[in-house]
Amino acid sequence: MLELREVCTYYGNIQALRDISLRVEEGEIITLIGANGAGKSTTLMSISGIVPPKRGEILFRGRPIHELSADRIVALGICQVPEGRHIFPDLTVAENLDMGAFLRRDRKGIARDLDYVYSLFPILRERRNQPGGNLSGGEQQMLAISRALMARPQLLLLDEPSMGLAPLVTRQIFEIIRQINREQNTTIFLVEQNANLALKVADRGYVLETGRITMHDRAGALRANRDVQRAYLGI
Amino acid sequence: MDYFVELFFSGLTRGSIYALIALGYTMVYGIIGLINFAHGEIYMIGAFTALIVSTVLSIMGFPLPAIIILTALAAAIWASAYGYTVEKLAYRPLRNAPRLSPLISAIGMSMFLQNYVLLAQTPDFLPFPALIPDFAFMERFAGVIGSSDLVILITTTVIMILLTLLIKFTRTGKAMRATAQDRTMAMLVGINVDHVISVTFILGSALAAIGGMLIASHIGQINFYIGFIAGIKAFTAAVLGGIGSIPGAVLGSFILGLTESFATGYVSSDYEDVFAFSLLVLILIFRPSGLLGKATIEKV
Ligand SMILES: Nc1ncnc2c1ncn2[C@@H]1O[C@H](COP(=O)(O)OP(=O)(O)OP(=O)(O)O)[C@@H](O)[C@H]1O
Ligand SMILES: [Mg+2]
Repeated sequence: MLELREVCTYYGNIQALRDISLRVEEGEIITLIGANGAGKSTTLMSISGIVPPKRGEILFRGRPIHELSADRIVALGICQVPEGRHIFPDLTVAENLDMGAFLRRDRKGIARDLDYVYSLFPILRERRNQPGGNLSGGEQQMLAISRALMARPQLLLLDEPSMGLAPLVTRQIFEIIRQINREQNTTIFLVEQNANLALKVADRGYVLETGRITMHDRAGALRANRDVQRAYLGI
Repeated sequence: MDYFVELFFSGLTRGSIYALIALGYTMVYGIIGLINFAHGEIYMIGAFTALIVSTVLSIMGFPLPAIIILTALAAAIWASAYGYTVEKLAYRPLRNAPRLSPLISAIGMSMFLQNYVLLAQTPDFLPFPALIPDFAFMERFAGVIGSSDLVILITTTVIMILLTLLIKFTRTGKAMRATAQDRTMAMLVGINVDHVISVTFILGSALAAIGGMLIASHIGQINFYIGFIAGIKAFTAAVLGGIGSIPGAVLGSFILGLTESFATGYVSSDYEDVFAFSLLVLILIFRPSGLLGKATIEKV
């Protein structure tokens, strides 16, 4: 579904990604794990067209997208929940969700999806008229995921959905990620610090170290790998 | 008492014009964080366009209402074309440059446009025809409020209402609000941010041009330099209200207009500009984020 071929991305003169190659198959959950500053967020931002790669190719369903503008990439069905949630602070919860459906015109479908996300996170329905900036961190994360779902993505890029959340909320969010994957058949690209949890929900995983992919395998195999255990699982 | 009321209305008229210009400053600042110093010149170009178009139309014998409407349209469209082009040429290439670069580019654009009109037109003041006739029903209020003040007030009010509706309820308005609040996220929900920025410049320029036409017809003369003072005053009003805030720009404009009007009326007109800038200094000392502006809190 998605393929990165030797992608190199820079911030000014600083190279953040070095020849990243990876594939995401239709319907799977893949995860990208790595330490702080490894380049995980940059990988997602390159895919989304916010920080386009300097060299290399990104193909979505066989079509090159690395030269498209960010809004065109969203229109193809690739949505991102960025690190730090990025809720529009002065828009209400309902308006934030509405922004997620910005490119859609099918009112009925939008209304149905709104019901769906409210059923996933009932707290959002209660808070729908409050400014997004007033929500707690966990509620904002739920809103951020819901907003992305309102676009009906084919591929959902999630950047550290567990960041700053209590273990209970984290578990709930991961349960819902699984549910979205199964019920909506949404392909998921999950970036996580919490490698343990990520490798539990994912089918396959990639390990990123200072801008390079150093390992990739089935999630179970990565969890059993001694190096991964020592570096990322704290075992 | 009559004198007080007269000063009050003349303050509202001033405030209306400041508001039409200040909205452009505040919307652009809200979206790209740039103080568009060339904005006063867009207002000046709007006034010049209005002068040329209204002169031509009246020579061709158009009736007055048609002249007013067509002139307003022409001024708004022509000034918008300038605003759009200035953004595209002078600011867009510097979008990711250090903050100072687009600011310097803006000052350069301002000087360029002033000198361009100076050379292409004339350094002298040109008489501007009074487009608003004296309405018969306004006669009994003569000495308190003139017909042209009334038209300026009504026009400005209608424009403010339309702008509010546009920003609150239309798709473009929502995209503008989202872009102002979080540009990266706006891109991630599929908003074409370049398009939003262009629309912002076009809207701001059109409002300024209509302000330029109204005030030129009210005062009766224009030259290439009118954009400078009006621009600085409107900018002051935007800062006073809280730059980036639309209601703030309107509030700041009316406060500034009324202050100037009363101060010149009761104290002395020699100090007109002194009052405006004293107000600016006070606000910057005691409430740097302006009356309705938000103190910026970094939320992680
Ligand atoms: N806007 C930026 N400007 C300059 N350098 C940046 C920028 N964003 C990231 N970097 C650098 O690029 C590298 C990769 O950063 P990135 O944010 O992708 O890491 P990450 O794996 O997501 O880390 P974390 O787990 O802390 O979120 C880092 O060295 C970082 O300092
Ligand atoms: Mg990151």
